[in-house]
Amino acid sequence: MRMTRVAATAAAAVLALTMAACGSDDGSGTGTGTGSGTGSGNTATGVVGKAASGSLKIGVKADQPGLGLQTGTAYEGFDIEMAKIIAKGLGMQESGIQYVTTVSANREPYIQQGTVDLVIATYTINDERKTKVNFAGPYFMAGQDLLVPAASTITAPEQLAGKKVCSVTGSTPAKRIQENYKDAQLQLFDSYSKCITALAGNQVDAVTTDDIILAGYASQSQYAGKFKVVGKPFSEEPYGIGLKKDDKASCDKINEILKAAATDGSYKAAWDKTLGASGKAAPELDVSKLTNCA
Amino acid sequence: MSGNPVLYDHPGPRARVRNAVLTVVFGALILAVLYWIYRKFDEKGQFAAVLWEPFLKGATWNNFIIPGIEGTLKAAATAMVFALAFGLIFSVGRLSDHRWISVPAGIVVEFFRAVPLLLMIFFISYGVPFLIQSSVPPFWSVVIGLTLYNGSVLAEAFRAGVHAVPKGQSEAAYAVGMRKSLVMQHILVPQAARAMLPVIISQLVVLLKDTALGYIVSYPELLQLGVNVLSANFGNVVQAAIVVAAIYIVVNFGLTSLASWIERRSKRRGTKTQPVGPLVDGGAGA
Amino acid sequence: MPVFSDPANFDMYVSGFMWILKMTGVSAVLALVLGVLLAAMRVSPVPVLRWFGAAWVNIFRNTPLTLIVFFCYFGLYATLSVSLSDDIDLNNFWLGVVGLSVYTAAFVCEALRSGINTVPAGQAEAARAIGLTFAQTLRIVVLPQAGRAVIAPLGSVLIALCKNTTIVGTIGLLEASNIMKQLINDNGDQVILIFLVFAGTFAAVLIPVGYLFGWLANRLAVKR
Repeated sequence: MRMTRVAATAAAAVLALTMAACGSDDGSGTGTGTGSGTGSGNTATGVVGKAASGSLKIGVKADQPGLGLQTGTAYEGFDIEMAKIIAKGLGMQESGIQYVTTVSANREPYIQQGTVDLVIATYTINDERKTKVNFAGPYFMAGQDLLVPAASTITAPEQLAGKKVCSVTGSTPAKRIQENYKDAQLQLFDSYSKCITALAGNQVDAVTTDDIILAGYASQSQYAGKFKVVGKPFSEEPYGIGLKKDDKASCDKINEILKAAATDGSYKAAWDKTLGASGKAAPELDVSKLTNCA
Repeated sequence: MSGNPVLYDHPGPRARVRNAVLTVVFGALILAVLYWIYRKFDEKGQFAAVLWEPFLKGATWNNFIIPGIEGTLKAAATAMVFALAFGLIFSVGRLSDHRWISVPAGIVVEFFRAVPLLLMIFFISYGVPFLIQSSVPPFWSVVIGLTLYNGSVLAEAFRAGVHAVPKGQSEAAYAVGMRKSLVMQHILVPQAARAMLPVIISQLVVLLKDTALGYIVSYPELLQLGVNVLSANFGNVVQAAIVVAAIYIVVNFGLTSLASWIERRSKRRGTKTQPVGPLVDGGAGA
Repeated sequence: MPVFSDPANFDMYVSGFMWILKMTGVSAVLALVLGVLLAAMRVSPVPVLRWFGAAWVNIFRNTPLTLIVFFCYFGLYATLSVSLSDDIDLNNFWLGVVGLSVYTAAFVCEALRSGINTVPAGQAEAARAIGLTFAQTLRIVVLPQAGRAVIAPLGSVLIALCKNTTIVGTIGLLEASNIMKQLINDNGDQVILIFLVFAGTFAAVLIPVGYLFGWLANRLAVKR
């Protein structure tokens, strides 16, 4: 009797757990991706083909205000607006975009293995990444810069000696500080929001990453007037749109869309709607710099 | 000996005075520290309404915290089922009479118990894709990591439980002609599972807490959504962490209480299985 | 081993594990001391102490360590202005040690308390009968026996502590897990090797430690 009761309880518990496990399903990259796209990711069914069938999976950041920020079920920011422009240019509905949260470290694997079709996530074009994925764009020229308290006297990275500067573990900006400005004390966190909190509390003297990301944080209402971006970028970070290495046709197509966006006002509108809040005027999209999608 | 009146005499008049003095002094000390913390938080503006306001809005809960709890529970529940199965299989494997089963099972269990979960999840998410030429979704990175680690710990718990079943039980079963698999299935494992139930449940608490490591692969669980993403929206990372910590404490306290209730209940019913010495795993991870 | 033949990478690997070792060592001592005190509180005659011990255990044992370490930085250091060193690495190291110690102490306390339960009531009764006070009973009679009964669980706690030190990486200390991430970022083609070396180092140290504690537990067990 006792034994059966224990067994029954156990069975009920397992059942409940299994049901809980199967119960909810919000596809934010959890169950999707493994099967589709891996085998058939060639030019014929590339991004253009997928867009024609009405759905695209786009990797974006979830925690960068102004660029890619998850606000519950939706995402907002400049990268998201770019995604919408591209979707429109490919002739599909905005509602067909499925956003997938990516972090810096999994952008290449996600493209290579087909978890996402495109990555628009503050994604710097560089030679090392070009060996793994293809880039359309750049759609924005960012540069590493410093965010400091409004009253700070720091105006250049050379003045960081002995100061505490914050960045994200494993990121390129962090590495550049480690290599080029060895006298700075580097504080690393796993997200920029923690760096910003530490800056607000004066635990660090500066936060460093791409200027556009810093501008996004600085323009948040909680921090209005507290911080300033130094405004002298000391690196070039051309933001590109990542897609599969062999999908040259789609890459060319996206560059065409960007060219159109530069002149028809949609690029400026995207900026004004998002990062315009930082007070910076919309930049020009320099179409002469677009990649050749090799 | 819980409550432990055994350790000290019934307090006499002097002891009562001494206890009262200690109570007052220590109580005052705690209150002083709490007040100091309160003052410091206030000084730094951590109680500013704008930082806490988001938690009064339904949308904050619906968009971040509740989906986060769902993500945490979904990963934890799936991993619990798998970890129990993994633990059962490998404990039986390790108890096998065949060395070609028991030795590999032992190596697997020992290895996964010794590797930090953080490394494990990171590797499953960023290393394994190179092996299988396909990406591992964050959900499965978390679940597989949790299963391998907690399953190994549970395997050891089951094994200790089987050893704790009095020898007479299995001897009697062999005497009536049962084979080893039958003895395991019908005599040893059920009794071991019951004897180890409190240990199993406290390991499940560990597992639930460890889902918090999911944020390193951007799996949308409570820590990722409730602290990282939420605070990116509202700039209130400290407040978000306090709220999320409170949620973890309530949920885990519930599970722990369940464990001690079961322990008391099985004691009262006086199961014949010897209490397996104090076997606690250190509550690894996150 | 192409990655590790680069002396810079090898130095990083060594320094990563040095942090792990230092954190484990310091936190183990602090957690043991704190844990014994907490266990004594939980069985003491003074209700407020018992309550305090119970609250400590329930709060710290049920919070993910990631959050505790986070609070050490943003609560203890940022808000309460408790600075433990002027050097940024050392400060993070000590903040991490505080987090690890308060967390692990909760587990040490619970292990010891269950050990106290294994000491036969007659021992404490006899101690009281010859006039020992509560503190003396605990210190001279009960805890030495309880301690020997919980060597194996304490061993598990120590092993868990060592693995948990990797979580201090979340506040920026360049310990083994952060170094592993960095090496993997820089050498994407050798992910498997890098993981096996780091995981293998943990396994090579911790598995023998586990067996050592098992052996000690048997040797020192109170024979009854």
